[in-house]
Amino acid sequence: MSQPESPETKPVATAQPQKELPQFEKSIADKLESKFSSRVAIEFVKPTRIRVKVKKEDVLEVARFIRDELHFDHAESVTGVDYPDQKEIEVVYHLGSYTDPELSKQVLALATSAPREENPNPGNDSTRLPSLRDIFYSVEFHERECFEMLGVYFENHPDNRRLLLPEDWADLPPMRKDFKIKGR
Amino acid sequence: MATQLPPGLQLEKLDERIMTLNVGPQHPGSGHMRLIIKVDGDYIVSCDPDPGYVHRGEEKMAEYRNYIQNIPHLERPVIHDSCNILYPYCLGVEELLGLEVPERAQYLRVIASELNRCVYIQYWLAIYGIFLGHSTMFMWPAGDRELLIDLLEKITGARVTHAYFVPGGIRNDVPANFEDMCLKRVNYFEKRIKEYAAIFYDNPILISRTRGAGVLSREDAIRLGTTGSTLRASGVDFDLRKKEPYDAYGELDVHSDVLKDGDSYARSKIPWLDMFESCNIIRQALQKMPKSGSVRVKLKPNPKGGNDEVYKRVESGRGSLGCYIVSRSKPEPYRVKLSVGSFRNLICMPYLLKGEKLGNMPAVYWSLNYWPVEADR
Repeated sequence: MSQPESPETKPVATAQPQKELPQFEKSIADKLESKFSSRVAIEFVKPTRIRVKVKKEDVLEVARFIRDELHFDHAESVTGVDYPDQKEIEVVYHLGSYTDPELSKQVLALATSAPREENPNPGNDSTRLPSLRDIFYSVEFHERECFEMLGVYFENHPDNRRLLLPEDWADLPPMRKDFKIKGR
Repeated sequence: MATQLPPGLQLEKLDERIMTLNVGPQHPGSGHMRLIIKVDGDYIVSCDPDPGYVHRGEEKMAEYRNYIQNIPHLERPVIHDSCNILYPYCLGVEELLGLEVPERAQYLRVIASELNRCVYIQYWLAIYGIFLGHSTMFMWPAGDRELLIDLLEKITGARVTHAYFVPGGIRNDVPANFEDMCLKRVNYFEKRIKEYAAIFYDNPILISRTRGAGVLSREDAIRLGTTGSTLRASGVDFDLRKKEPYDAYGELDVHSDVLKDGDSYARSKIPWLDMFESCNIIRQALQKMPKSGSVRVKLKPNPKGGNDEVYKRVESGRGSLGCYIVSRSKPEPYRVKLSVGSFRNLICMPYLLKGEKLGNMPAVYWSLNYWPVEADR
């Protein structure tokens, strides 16, 4: 077998940072901003990606607006991210659209956060968020995963059971930062 | 007493007519997962999927390793489709670090991921064949798969766990006579998979078992957020290779097939049609690929990503595969989330199996193109 070429040893190529905001994404962000003004924070607008942060009291209303007016129709993923320093757990919904061909490239990240407790008691403490299951049906299993992995209880979720973890798991929710892998 | 038990352990009262069946986790027809099925006579009343038997904490492990160390373990959820599951991670890290992939590497990535898609689909098809009691359909794809596995071994050095993609390109260039070898094998492979029509897809027994079983309408496919072959079998034309082209896909002509029936037959046919499309893409890519040039940009040791986050997605053998990376200026990612097609299609199971006959369960279950290990991560 022939010897493959060794990789080129040139310095790291850096992509040019984009100065102008992409127009189409900006228009989606503007619609959100004009409807909810200061209640939504547009965190970034990049090509094909938008990120919006809202308070947990507003998340249902904003999500309904995103579904009905902006035509995003399904959730691709629901991610919980633990920030122990800020004492909060952020939940990010990545929303996409199958029905609107203009939006097929776009992914809208809707982020909200729940308070984080030092000694979690999943389901019985203040780490709670309203469930988006009535608005985006597809979040059902994703929210179940988020509940067991980070201890975020989703109110009004029809089926708040364990999904991936064993039924008798008695440790901390494992995706929290204070749950350490042994030997690392 | 029962009320004090944690969620998931409550005891339930059942009608005497209703019997609970545990399909799996040891059942050869369930993969590494359990389906808790309640039957009334021959009909399924409810189905509760219980994944997690192969949960390996890939996402947690990724927080403890740097961007390069994450490569080999992140492909473990689907070793048969290992190029495609690493793809969004590599694209994400490239955006975080500001890397530009050389053109030749982009084309080789496309070729490797299409070959891998065929390898995965053949394995899936082999199992679908044996699920339906068709042993020839187990032997043929499992044998024809070897053609491409041997080819991938020549490129990457490993038969299944390639770890071929790295942020900034691919690990090594292909051997000298790669183009001819690849073309010859892909052409022969295409000739072979054409023969599956006569033995499997046009087979009246298969058609009678899968037609009309587990019908998913277009509206429900969208509402449930399904992806990949499940979505395209229900009449939604959504393929990321076409809709959001990444790497060299933008310069290639991709036609993915869409069927309107939404039943198990359509769902099982889409992956087979995808293999023909993969062969087309490989032939195009071989033609357009630059014949020489670098295949990787060199990284700094222990690269760090800035305070940023990316969400990248590709079309894998099981549908859209997203990778969400949160970086906090450290050599290790702060959070990595894989949003995999199998996990997204899991929601169909209780929905589709309700009201089906128990005998239709394997035909419907495996037609969802579901890979239990990937869903658990």
